[in-house]
Order: sequence, then structure tokens, then C-alpha cells
Amino acid sequence: MSVSAHTPDATEMPAAARNHLISALRDIVSAECLLTAQDELAPYESDGLAVYRQRPAVVVLPETIEQVQAVMRLCHAESVPVIARGAGTGLSGGALPRPDAVTLGLGKFNRIIEIDAQHGTARVQPGVRNLAISEAAADFDLYYAPDPSSQIACSIGGNVAENAGGVHCLKYGLTVHNVLQVEVVTVEGERITIGSTAPDTPGADLLALMHGSEGLLGVIVEVTVKLLPVPPVAKVLLAAFDDVERAGDCVADIIAAGIVPAGLEMMDNAAILASDDFAQCGYPRDAAALFLCELDGSATEVDEQMQQVIALVERGGATQWRVAKDDAERAVFWKGRKSAFPAVGRISPDYYCMDGTIPRRHLGTVLQRMDALSKEYGLAIANVFHAGDGNLHPLILFDASKDGELERTEELGGKILSLCVEVGGTITGEHGVGVEKINQMCVQFNSDEIEQFHAVKAAFDPNGLLNPGKAIPTLQRCAEFGALHVHHGELPHPELERF
Amino acid sequence: MADHDITDNLRERVAEAMTTGATLRLVGGDSKSFYGCEVDPSATTLEIAGHRGITNYQPTELTLTARAGTPLSELRAALDDAGQMLPFEPPAFDGCDGALATLGGTVACGLSGPARPFNGACRDFLLGTRIINGRAQVLRFGGEVMKNVAGYDLSRLMVGALGSFGVILDASFKVLPKPAVTRSFSAACDLETALATMREKRMQYLPLTGASYVGERLHYRLAGATSSVNECAQIFHNDIAGEEDDGSHWQALREHTHPFFDDTRPLWRLALPPGTGPITVDSSSADQIVDWCGQQRWLLSDAPADIIQACARRAGGHATRFRRGDRNLFQDGEPSIQLLQTRLKAAFDPSGLFNPGKLAAGL
Repeated sequence: MSVSAHTPDATEMPAAARNHLISALRDIVSAECLLTAQDELAPYESDGLAVYRQRPAVVVLPETIEQVQAVMRLCHAESVPVIARGAGTGLSGGALPRPDAVTLGLGKFNRIIEIDAQHGTARVQPGVRNLAISEAAADFDLYYAPDPSSQIACSIGGNVAENAGGVHCLKYGLTVHNVLQVEVVTVEGERITIGSTAPDTPGADLLALMHGSEGLLGVIVEVTVKLLPVPPVAKVLLAAFDDVERAGDCVADIIAAGIVPAGLEMMDNAAILASDDFAQCGYPRDAAALFLCELDGSATEVDEQMQQVIALVERGGATQWRVAKDDAERAVFWKGRKSAFPAVGRISPDYYCMDGTIPRRHLGTVLQRMDALSKEYGLAIANVFHAGDGNLHPLILFDASKDGELERTEELGGKILSLCVEVGGTITGEHGVGVEKINQMCVQFNSDEIEQFHAVKAAFDPNGLLNPGKAIPTLQRCAEFGALHVHHGELPHPELERF
Repeated sequence: MADHDITDNLRERVAEAMTTGATLRLVGGDSKSFYGCEVDPSATTLEIAGHRGITNYQPTELTLTARAGTPLSELRAALDDAGQMLPFEPPAFDGCDGALATLGGTVACGLSGPARPFNGACRDFLLGTRIINGRAQVLRFGGEVMKNVAGYDLSRLMVGALGSFGVILDASFKVLPKPAVTRSFSAACDLETALATMREKRMQYLPLTGASYVGERLHYRLAGATSSVNECAQIFHNDIAGEEDDGSHWQALREHTHPFFDDTRPLWRLALPPGTGPITVDSSSADQIVDWCGQQRWLLSDAPADIIQACARRAGGHATRFRRGDRNLFQDGEPSIQLLQTRLKAAFDPSGLFNPGKLAAGL
């Protein structure tokens, strides 16, 4: 795969400085925890967004919090940038290395320290996989609610850094709603506790600020999460429509009826076909759109609400609907949705996953305009959509081996994100900004807002050593990008129709 | 009062303060001015209540945006019409059911009512804010959608900051449908039994939205689908025979109109980890009630602040001087966290225009 046009260019660390750094790091971690040879560094070149690649100066894999502190103290003293990395599954290049920086891998912090079933909390190290927490809690009929689609592999530390979402966000919230406390090592190497198992820690909400800060404010070395009782019953309904907007309207009807589904996932025809080919899940292949509506709760409550949903789906013009008759069939319904990304990967040499959020009432407009953009660029788009919360994942199908196609894909992706901002949404719902959407930040935020972000960053990291160049663009970059600032729908000349 | 956008006027007032070196005391409905430390008396009042009105309410998307001066009663009425609510039950503390208390003050104080351990806190439902910072810039963070990770989460940073970081202009919230049915019960028992029951029931999948211990009675509230509420009422009844009541207890607890709060001693709020047992501050004068499944204790005590704060700290929590007592005291915190707060204050409000001294001395 070719390297993206947007890969930031940092200069390589001079050999003498690198040798000096390596010898100082040897005093902190054991030899096998320090990767310096080119073949050892190669696996760390990218995260889950593999179109961006850079080789780090070195990779350190500390095993104790004291070692993390010592690495931070060293790098702070030597003014060496540090890029924290969890499981490397991020989709916005947030953990993309730099040739002048240390990549601080937290993979060895993979221990669940304590499950307190009596009080519904788990204290875990940052490298623990998201799903491993729910697996460990299952013995007590508890689980950790946020379930990003990478949950089998992604780490909880990375989840905090990105404020990861998932398919159950509408009812159970994002990572920020399910984390009680984090231990953070600051850029100076100090260990601090942010948040508490007691509610409402005094002062401003630093715990929320750490969520989604993409490794720019501190290194997360321990996380205390909230565990919830597993709902006794979960049922899922699949409804198909011959029109995407009709499906969107039906979603609105369900919510207007006072029902908050545990999951509400929509797919368009392109995504239906790809998923059904891949997962053989029996999706209605001729449908323009389908959604899966999952309800959970007590048996009677779920039955009551499912009857309401069925009535709404029928009234809403569904061409067909069915309720999974048991957990096995429920798993089949979900299998298609959950394998949508790899399924699209099979029908196209490459695909690029976007992550905008829109107010759901604009779904029709956004889909129409994406369709027009798709035709203009000659690149097909398949859509999966967290319909409950408006988070849209257009998958752009492309072939990176074709000259210029990646660049055109990135340009198309950028236009889709600008469109999300224009209708009052955001450029990223759950994947983060990283390096990928750094230009689109200039579309969503004006220069005063970006300056405010930098001032907040400086309160934690005045010399800008933590994950430099990610998440928040410099004003100079925005000027070069020359973005039309379409702030929350407040376009210049709003009287003009833009379809 | 009619809807009104006075952003420009408020921004001009902040710009003027920047040039004259004046400081500003931010006032919404003036219903919670007792909360926090005393603002430096030389500060000029900046009235925000005139900046009011619901600007965007989308019941089918569960989102609502309103200007900071919008009274809570107006929000409740609009939400009522669509069968929805602010799930964190913000207290108004204005003696007139939210006719004075504003949305901006609600965000700035970050207080939540009895449903908080079950539904979530004020900060959990906040989606975005527009503010004026100490450079007289109008800034918008977060948004009107539920999933949004572009930029740092600076909107939630405003929750509980008592206006120290900026003038909140408007706020967007996630709202939820009202439960189909709500039932309230109480049963006589001792404190240990009440705490143990709360602990146990909380970890079961039950439609619990309130659990308090007041006047030697365990109070519990169930809300949700009719069937599950009725089933749950039976589960409780089998363990601890309760009597059903009219539910006014929860509003009295939320608004501090319960007779317990009618006292001359300082009122403290102790926030504690789940499962904290009985707390004894001093053997003689202390008087307490329990809310939030034991995670919030209201304490009336003349005991010195350091004793009360140490007591909360020992239990893994923290104490807030809530009403009466020494206005120079509010909350204590870790020095490293206080240092970050001070630096953040400077990042938003470099000249210290807003609510000087309100959150802590020197902030």
C-alpha cells in the first residue's frame, strides 16, 4: 500500500542523540523491552490506519509504572517527543510514530488488577483488551458496556485516549460515561490520579478532559471502569426498507415512542450485499436499507417494547421484518453488521472508513450528497450507520495500487467530513482525529477555538512533547489547508441551497 | 420573558472588563450563589439570565440546546410536552420549582439529583457548550450530537467549574424519554440494613432510580416499563416490606426542602466510593442522611472543616461545604490536581476575569 500524501514529515533523530537516548533507556528497562533494530521497529510503523507509516526512533515497552515515569522524566529532560501506544488498533493514525520520537508501547500492562463485583468496578492496566474486562466480569453476571467493533483487540488505555464508542452507546454511553478513575503519568514523569470511585471529584472535570485527548495530555497507566449487571434478556429485530430515508424516519418513530434501544444499526444496500456475501447472514439483498434494533432488559419489558417496535416498523413501511427467535439467530443477525468492514474489504482492494456524526434528521440530505460525490469521484461508497446516535461510517472503496486513487479517496473523505460539519455534525464520532482528520479540524473549529485547544495542551505539556502533530492542527496548517470554515452549519450565504 | 440572544452584549462586557481590569461575578438565576467560595466582592455582576430561550430541541434525536439563562422550569415544560426529561434531575434550589434557576447555573455547578447513580450525572448528558473565554472570544466545543471526539472535551470541563473558565452561553444536552411509570416506597430499618440493601440491589438488573436513607427509613424509587417496575416492587417487597408513597420525598431531597435541611449548622456533602459503611464524624453534633445508594451523605455539623474533610478522605471520597459555615472553604483536593486546575484557569482566563475566588482561593 502506498504512503499517504498526509503523512507528517518529522526529521530523523541524529545518530548521536539516538545512541545517547538508547543507552539511557537501557538503564530504565531490560534489553528485551527496548526495540532499536530496524526489523524490530517495523511492526510499529503504523496503527490500524495503515495508509500512514513512519518508523519510530525507538520503541520502549515498559513493564512497571515506575519505568513509565523514568522514561517520561528522561524524555522530558532530553526534549524527546513521546507517542503512547495501546494495541495499535486506532483508525485515525493517533499512534503513528515519528522518526524523532519514542514510541511508548503499553502492551505489557495487560493485567486485570481487581474485579470488585460487590461494587461494580474493575481496576485494570491500560493494555488490557476491552473484551477481556467483560469476559472476566462475566463470572459475576457483570460486563463493561462500551463495545467498539475492535473490542477483541483494542486496549482500554487506548479506549480512554480515543473516548471509544460502540454499538451500544445510545443507551449505555461512551468510554467517558463508563470510566471512574485513571492513573496518569504526566510529561514530567509525575504520577497523578484523575477522577475517583466517589462521584463528582472536586473542581473541573479533568477525567472527561483525558477522554479523547489522544495521548496529548498524559500517559494513561491504570483505568478503573464501571461494571454493569448483564441485562437478563436481549432481543433483536431486523427490518428492511426500500428507501433509506424511510428507514431513518422509522428510527425516529421508535425513539419518539419513548424506547431507547440498546443498539440501533443501519446499513445501505452496498453494505448489505457485502456483509451478506461475507457472513451468509440471510439479509434481504434487495433492500435499500435495513436496520437492526436490539432491546434489552427484563423479559416482560423487552416483550412489551418489541411489540411496540413491530407496530412502528409495520406502520413505517418496512418491506419485511423479523425478530431473531433465539440467541443463536440473534448472533447471526449481528454477524453481518459486525463483519461489515472486512466484508467490504473483500469486495474492494482497499477501503477507507470515515467516521462523521450528523443530526439524524439530515440523513437523507447527507446520503444524497454523498451519492453525488461518489459519482463525481468515481469511487463507490458503502454505508454503515449507528442510527441511534447519528454516527455514520461511509466506507470508500478504492484501489491504492492505482496511481493517485488514495489521494482522491482522501479528498472525497475530506468532503464527506465537511458535509457532516455543514449539517451541524462532527468530523469524528469515535475514531478520533489523529493525523487523518487534522485538516478537517480547521473546518469544524475556528482559529480562536484551535488556539484555546493549544492553551489547554500547554497547561499539561508546555513543550509539546506528547504525541506532537496529532489531534489539534497548528493555525499555520489551517491557513495552508485553506479550509472554508463551515462552523456548525453557519455557512457563508446560508440562503443558498446546497444539494 | 421572551427569548433573547444577548451574546454580543455579554461579549462586549467581557471585552470591556479586559481593558478596564475589572473582574466579573457571573450570575444566572442567583439561586445557587451560596455554593462555592465567596466571589471577590470588588467584582462587577454580569447578568446572564436575559440570554434565554430553547434554540434547538429534537425529541426524536434526544437532544436539546438552550441559552444559558433559560430557566429550568421552561426546559422541563418543553421536555414534558414530548414525554422527555433531563435524566440527572438537576436541583433548582430556588424555592419556585426552577422558575429562577438557569441551565447555565446547572452546568456551572454540575449538581445532580437523586437519580444520579442510576441515570448518570450532569456531565454525562452534556454534549456541547458555547462559551466566552477570558479573551472575549466566543467559542464552541462539543456539539449537538451524541458521539463527537473532535478536539479536547472542553465542554464537560465547564461542569462544576463554577464559571471560572468562561461565561457559558448555551449548552446542548442529551435527554431521555420519561419512564412509563414511577413508584416510590419506604421501609423502616436501621442504617446498616439500608446500606446493605442498597449495595445488593444496585448490582442487580433492576429499574431502580432512587435509594436513600432518611428518618430511619430506607426510601427507594422504581421507574421504567410498567411490567418491570411492578416485578421489581415485588422483589423489594419480599426482602424488605415497604409502604408505597406519593414520591414527594424525592423532590424534597433534590430541592433540600425536606425538614432535615432546615438547620443552622453548616451543611456538608460527602461524596464516597460505592459500598462505604456508616460514617461517623463527631459523636455529638453530627446529623446525616444518605442518598445515591450510600455514595452521597448530607451532614449537618459544627465540626471543623479539616476533621470532616479528613473523614471523607479516609473513606476514599471528598467533602464539600455546601451551605452555611466558612465562605472561604469549599472543597479540598490533591495539590497536583489543583496545580492543573490553576493552569487550566490561566489557559481560559489569563487575566482572571471570571468569578475570582469562587472555586478556590486564587482561582
